[in-house]
Amino acid sequence: MEILSLLLNGFAIAFEPLNLTLIVVGCTVGLFIGAMPGLGSVNGVAILLPMTFLVPPTGAIIFLGAIYYGAMYGGAISSIMLGIPGASTAVATTFDGRPMALKGEADKALVAAATASFVGGSVGVVLFTLFAPPLAEIALTFGAPEIFALMLMAFATFIGLGGDDIPKTLFSIFIGLVFGAVGLDIVSGEPRLIFFDIPGFFHGINFLVLAIGIYGIAEMLWTIEISQGEVMISQATITVRRILRNLAELARTWKTMLMGSFLGYFVGILPAAGATPGSLMAYGFAKTTSREPETYGKGNVHGVVAPESANNAASTGAMLPMLTLGIPGSPTTAILLGGMVIWGLEPGPLVFTDHPDFVWGFIASLYVANLFALLINVGFIPAFIWVLRLPFSILAPIIFILCIVGGFVPTLDMHDVWLMLIFGVVGYLMRKLDYPMAPAVLAIVLGPLAEPALRQSLLISGGSFSIFFNRPFAGVIMVLALALLFMPLYPMIKNRLFKKSSENPD
Amino acid sequence: MRMAELVMGIVMGVFSLYLMWKSAELPIGWIAGEGPGGGAWSFWLAAGMLACCVAIIVRWAMRITPESRSEEVFMTRRTLKVFLLIAGALIAMVGLFHIVGAYGAIPIFLIFYLRFMGGHSWRLTGGFAFVTPIATFLFFEIALQKTLPKGFTEPLFLPIFDFFY
Amino acid sequence: MKAIGKAGLLGLGLGLAFGIGMTSVAKDAVAWEPKKPVEFIIMAGKGGGADKAVRFLQSIIAKNKLSSKPFTPVNKPGGSGAEALVHVKNAADPDHTLMFTLNSFYTTPLRQPKLGIDISTFTPVGRMAEDTFLLWVHKDSGITNVDQFVAAAKKAGNKWIMAGTGKNSEDNILTDFLNKAYGLDMKYVPYKGGGRVAKELAGKNANSTVNNPSEQLGFYQAGKTVPIGAFTPTRLPLFKDAPTFRELGKDFVYFMQRTVVGAPGMSKDATAYYQGLFQKIFNSKGWQGYMKKKSLQGGFLTGDALMKYWLEQKEVQRGILRKMGAIK
Repeated sequence: MEILSLLLNGFAIAFEPLNLTLIVVGCTVGLFIGAMPGLGSVNGVAILLPMTFLVPPTGAIIFLGAIYYGAMYGGAISSIMLGIPGASTAVATTFDGRPMALKGEADKALVAAATASFVGGSVGVVLFTLFAPPLAEIALTFGAPEIFALMLMAFATFIGLGGDDIPKTLFSIFIGLVFGAVGLDIVSGEPRLIFFDIPGFFHGINFLVLAIGIYGIAEMLWTIEISQGEVMISQATITVRRILRNLAELARTWKTMLMGSFLGYFVGILPAAGATPGSLMAYGFAKTTSREPETYGKGNVHGVVAPESANNAASTGAMLPMLTLGIPGSPTTAILLGGMVIWGLEPGPLVFTDHPDFVWGFIASLYVANLFALLINVGFIPAFIWVLRLPFSILAPIIFILCIVGGFVPTLDMHDVWLMLIFGVVGYLMRKLDYPMAPAVLAIVLGPLAEPALRQSLLISGGSFSIFFNRPFAGVIMVLALALLFMPLYPMIKNRLFKKSSENPD
Repeated sequence: MRMAELVMGIVMGVFSLYLMWKSAELPIGWIAGEGPGGGAWSFWLAAGMLACCVAIIVRWAMRITPESRSEEVFMTRRTLKVFLLIAGALIAMVGLFHIVGAYGAIPIFLIFYLRFMGGHSWRLTGGFAFVTPIATFLFFEIALQKTLPKGFTEPLFLPIFDFFY
Repeated sequence: MKAIGKAGLLGLGLGLAFGIGMTSVAKDAVAWEPKKPVEFIIMAGKGGGADKAVRFLQSIIAKNKLSSKPFTPVNKPGGSGAEALVHVKNAADPDHTLMFTLNSFYTTPLRQPKLGIDISTFTPVGRMAEDTFLLWVHKDSGITNVDQFVAAAKKAGNKWIMAGTGKNSEDNILTDFLNKAYGLDMKYVPYKGGGRVAKELAGKNANSTVNNPSEQLGFYQAGKTVPIGAFTPTRLPLFKDAPTFRELGKDFVYFMQRTVVGAPGMSKDATAYYQGLFQKIFNSKGWQGYMKKKSLQGGFLTGDALMKYWLEQKEVQRGILRKMGAIK
């Protein structure tokens, strides 16, 4: 009951006129920043941080929290409408969101994403309210071996994502992992894979550079080739009746939403993991457990719902170690953490007892922000649909410009823009030859998390792999991951042996 | 298509070799008591890429994949023309970023694309060419404080900054 | 019809003319002021100690309206700061390019001579603080002083895990010192960023760390970790119970500089402006409070004194790196 009264007090704070205004403004701003390819919640929060000293700390964190939420909602918009993930957290949303938009179901996909985000955010914030301190303790004990096991599990859920051509799928995974290794080797402290000694490679190959190159430039070139530059992206319409019908259909995805929410939340609270692996794993699990996995990637609404509920739940989850341990679970929470320091608050285990108004006002504002983000998002859907109905020969150059500016902005380095163009052109040629591209994008996100964790674990154990099995959490996750990894491989191998003679000759 | 499949396999195979060679700048073996060396991860993954390329070429020779049997041309003349035009325009735009800056390159690209490739009216073309850079400036430079490259047009922006800040 | 296009061109033309007119006026102004947003490069990633400090500086500038143009932080952590150094060295507009540096300002050019960085060409703006280092252990380990630490670490041999922020980093230097001074064989495991290192200790995935106070403060206040020794000349006011290594008979003092550096070739007027600005910030209540809370030491240094400090520190670092075998 103590929690309830604290929470009610928090709501009183969140509903103060200033804070409520900040929530609405934050959600709207966040939505648009998140919808831009190249700009995600990290950029939104970092950029608006200096503005927050104008208001008291509680208002400031409420504002940034609202931006964070809005941006998480907005990330789905560019994934669905343009097929370009605005941030790594929205990669999995493109897999089915984009095909839905191409089928003329953009409105359904957008509503599904918004609703799933709402459910994910709500589940996340409820779990946050109830179990913050004990979960923080568990998250604290997660070290390098557990993180590596978790990354392996994320990969395992994705083994079936590629096409039927196994060598090409593996090639795509490997090249993504190698590109992810560019930059600095943390363990030996040496620069690595600095091609032709170009200094731009020191910061590694940013995930966005590859993602925008492949999903933006290459995909656009492909669409233009198919349509010869004359067709619209989609013929979506939007009416109240359609929205209601979509909502009714969405109700049937509640299991996927809840699965995504819980999975996302628990992955999100782990330091260094964050929302991206959470959303990928939710998609993978939804597909593996589905009765019709073959419809995934072709516009199955479950494929939008799972990652979207997970990434919002995870972004709430990531706030937990930030507030209670002072450890950011994602780059965005790292900035929020910096913000708290600026406002004169020391995040950490004592923040709940020392600044209850701040913490509970913030938590309550997350409930409110979640609701407003949903309403604002749904309200803007007709506008987004309208944009999609512009002739493609107008939309295409605008998207190209967004891609180029979006590739430049995160690092403010033209090097990345050139690299993105190269990825786009080569990616287009490879795509024509049926090389699957999604595995490469996933690999470049997960690789830089997995490799240091593997090497740190082996350093700790003195080179012995037993470290992954003789720790309780790592052991359980590892066994699950290995089971998932080899389960789909077995029928694949079996199929190959028998399938060869009967393969379709077209 | 058949030819393209082989060429891509070989090019990527050569690229894998380059990556392996580049990775070998750091130790690629197992360091006792420490685990793999700094280059091992990328070296062995690049070796995996090479193995995949070999498999792709073998499958090409055995005509297993659809692409290796396809007699279709990889790119028709028309496709090639569109591809070269757009890719060329993009490269030119990014190149112009260095010289005339974002706010010079964006209108030039839009005018080229809308008017000469899209065949839209001058009115629509002009409208977009005028509004897009302004919207870009207001959103990125003023609202988000992210400076885009300006090339030699830089001095023109100083009074604009004075006005906004 | 063509009206919009023409109006656009006209507008553009007017804008250009206006622009040229205004710049010539601005040149006559007496005191130098930034003419466009100032790029404030951070040699480290988002969320680290340097990043937090820069964002705090940025907020002081904006809050007190100390500059007419905004300061925009840009993280360039690549190659232990190599990317930042090269970027600032080749800055297109040195008058609007600043960098916030760590000790990698010295060590990265020493370790990567190929970069061709000579730090004496950079413009000394202002040393804002020196960060300190302490030796930390987990409270549950029962260790309360360095003697117990040495006994425990000796017993564990190379099973004793020291977490730090990267190979050959400041943390590595301190670990090497401890290993040598006390005849230990601790294993150094590098992580990305000081916050992560602090967490590894609090989560008992490491046995000890040499974090900055700001990184461990939260866990210290929560009673999870304790400092048992300080790498400072005198005890730190926040951690009175942690003796200095000098007191313990091992004369080793080590600081991390937090300095604002200007790009090489910065004009005299601009240098004077930034030096004055950061002096003002240093003296502000906001920064002084931040220093106290984060247990930061050191006074403001600028101009020739700062350059002298750099060159001295560079030699100190060269000696340490050589001893470690990281450079010849």
